[in-house]
Amino acid sequence: MRALLAHRLAAPVAIALIVVALAFVLPSNFYLRVAALVWISALAVIGLNLLMGFAGQVSLGHAGFFGLGAYAVAVLPAQFSLHPLLALLAGALVCGLIAFVVGRPILRLKGHYLAVATLGFGILIAMAIANESWLTGGPDGMPVSRLTLFGWRVRGASTWYWITGALLVLGAWLAVNLVASPTGRALRALHDSEVAARVAGVDVAHYKLIVFVISAVYASVAGSALALVNGFVTPDSANFIHSIELVTMVVLGGMGSVFGSLVGAAILVVLPQVLTTFHDYEHLLLGLMMMVIMIVLRSGIVPSLAALIRRTRP
Amino acid sequence: MSILKVEEIGIAFGGVKAVDNVSFSVEAGTVFSIIGPNGAGKTTLFNLVSGVYRPRRGRVILQGEDVTGLEPNRLARCGLSRTFQNLQVFFRMTALENVMVGRHLKERRGLLAHLLALPSTARQNRESAEIARQLLERVGLAEYAETPASAMPYGALKRLEIARALAAEPQVLLLDEPAAGCNPVETEEIETLIRRIADEGMTVVLVEHDMKLVMRISDRVHVLEQGQTLTEGRADEVRANPKVIEAYLGTHGTREASLALG
Amino acid sequence: MPDFLQFCVSGLTVGAVYALVALGFTIIYNASDVVNFAQGEFVMIGGMTTVFITAAGVPLHFAIPAAILAAMVIGLLLHRLAIEPARGASAVTLIIITIGASIFLRGGAQIVFDKQFHSLPAFSGDTPVMIGGAAVLPQSFWVLGGAAVIVALLWFFFNRTLLGKAVLATAANRLAARLVGINTSFVVGFSFVLSAAIGAIAGILVAPITLTSYDIGALLALKGFAAAMLGGMGNPLGAIVGGLAVGLLEALGAGYISSTYKDAIAFIVILAVLFVLPGGFFGRASTERV
Repeated sequence: MRALLAHRLAAPVAIALIVVALAFVLPSNFYLRVAALVWISALAVIGLNLLMGFAGQVSLGHAGFFGLGAYAVAVLPAQFSLHPLLALLAGALVCGLIAFVVGRPILRLKGHYLAVATLGFGILIAMAIANESWLTGGPDGMPVSRLTLFGWRVRGASTWYWITGALLVLGAWLAVNLVASPTGRALRALHDSEVAARVAGVDVAHYKLIVFVISAVYASVAGSALALVNGFVTPDSANFIHSIELVTMVVLGGMGSVFGSLVGAAILVVLPQVLTTFHDYEHLLLGLMMMVIMIVLRSGIVPSLAALIRRTRP
Repeated sequence: MSILKVEEIGIAFGGVKAVDNVSFSVEAGTVFSIIGPNGAGKTTLFNLVSGVYRPRRGRVILQGEDVTGLEPNRLARCGLSRTFQNLQVFFRMTALENVMVGRHLKERRGLLAHLLALPSTARQNRESAEIARQLLERVGLAEYAETPASAMPYGALKRLEIARALAAEPQVLLLDEPAAGCNPVETEEIETLIRRIADEGMTVVLVEHDMKLVMRISDRVHVLEQGQTLTEGRADEVRANPKVIEAYLGTHGTREASLALG
Repeated sequence: MPDFLQFCVSGLTVGAVYALVALGFTIIYNASDVVNFAQGEFVMIGGMTTVFITAAGVPLHFAIPAAILAAMVIGLLLHRLAIEPARGASAVTLIIITIGASIFLRGGAQIVFDKQFHSLPAFSGDTPVMIGGAAVLPQSFWVLGGAAVIVALLWFFFNRTLLGKAVLATAANRLAARLVGINTSFVVGFSFVLSAAIGAIAGILVAPITLTSYDIGALLALKGFAAAMLGGMGNPLGAIVGGLAVGLLEALGAGYISSTYKDAIAFIVILAVLFVLPGGFFGRASTERV
């Protein structure tokens, strides 16, 4: 039992250790900022991984929820003078509600049909954000007012590093809790065999909906966090390219691996930063690395390496 | 008292009547077997009864209630569970977790408690794991508890499905070829297991190709041929029925038929 | 009425390109279960290669076959170097590999070519033909006619030639195809080459109308994928109908409702269709076998 407990919390503990350790290693504010971006992406990826890796349902539209979360903390304080934290909660609530409403018909679809439906749904949100300039500032985006907590203005790379890092650890902790619970078992069961899960009494449609809503809330909170850190939002955050990036992070790090979500996010956030030094060769190298990683470590980085270690050390 | 009643049920796929006008009634606490040559519609009949397919006609009555066309998860609430001929195991989960999924309807399912890992969730997990462990022991798979299902041998997976179905504490258990692909020792174990399940008052409906097993274990046997009822009766009656022998001679050959039925 | 006709013509022209991309998806998907998100890059390679070869002074009728050949070679390399080594990996892993390939090819194109928009001269001049009040560019006939010829050739190929039947057999049942002596690895590689050629032709035909650049592939793959799903994944007829439908929806939506929301209109219809027909227009209703 003690071993089981240790196993369940391994990922959030490891992530917490990394967050703390890196804080002492990273040499400048620039690196702290990049790390904060990694934590934010990883948060969204953990949510998407619950949907894709554990429950086996693809979404190519999650940037839509990410974008809604981002614009919630931009629009609501500007238009209705809502406190940014309340705006973040409102964004999460709205995303959860939208996911709840559209989830039922969309999640009846399977495989590639589900992929194209979520893709279409994400594109609708992205287009609304890009075109309703009276509210969102259109393609140019809009500024986000600074977060103030009890009179203290939240600012500085290192402050945001710790806030986003804490959010990530919290997200990882909630995710592993869910996976190890009756709900998590129902989700993993319907991934492997829907019919057997139904025979065991699992209301498959209901559980797909639950995990879709949860993953939408993760994406929304991550989007809000990014907007607050950047102090600015653009429609790119809701773009379908961003959706595909999120999916790629899930698969690269490893489907069904919470720690893999951090690895996948880290690679796709940090790699382009590194590759900018190669100027024109940036995309070429990024595409090449994606292909090589997936060919060599086909179950994703973390699960593949874990299997490799298990095999060499019986 | 009849716990499961099927009335004039039927379904067609692309014009072919896979199951046509089949009726039977199962008494509580008995073992009821459905036999027939390959392609007779046995598994399709199971899929109709367990809600995997929606019947085009006829009714299914479980414990006096009309449950025709109900989803499998609703039927599970009504006390019906099943195993599958083609394994439907959760391969990414351990044997223990597979059986724990079978406890689903008996588990407390508060989402917030699950997310926050409240003590109630830990208690629930312990309780489900405990019962699952006992069931694994019962079907002889205790040693596999922490093994991923993907790493288990075929015969063990068959029994894992039975353990998962038992975990739901159903009143009626449908077993689709539980002994297929098992060696004689495993088959004997499965026979003992089914006998014990029935003795405890659970109703077992069985589709099985191993005729010796069927004849030894069944209270009643229902014979299908080409989607229709050929006959039904006690095991010894069915065995002596010339129509049954003919149906099997046609497809299985003399030697097997005489071995199986004699 | 002339408006309507005008929108239909431009919708069908763009739709024909989507249909060819969707057809490329379908051919590869049927042979290998791979959803090839680099399909749009074949369209880009066809158009861009033709642009750059003609710019070097080569006549168009030599440049076009050379560009198609280039796309076919890249299709073959994609299969041999990226798909074949990952054989047996999960569907989603293969999809990410093709997304990687798409980014790689885009990155390659921006180095080999450039980041500008380019156009080809129209094959038969730019004087519009008036049909029922609608002005139709001669190039539209090239696109629609070219697509029709490709579809006819494919039909002939799949129904009348041994290799075509081997591809169909592989699509129906890979193991059985291997058992009767079909080299399924060759067939899958061939399907990549064929899809690359179809994509390249589409890219060349449409370049005089829509312009081409190194990064047009992603959006085309997206639309082609949506079209293939709308028609019913794996069904060639569905791919064609789906492609034309998406093109028409965009053009009519842009013309009558809102040009900023033209993509949205197409996707709203796709969502609506999938809610009613979860397998697309021509998708088979699947019965779960357990």
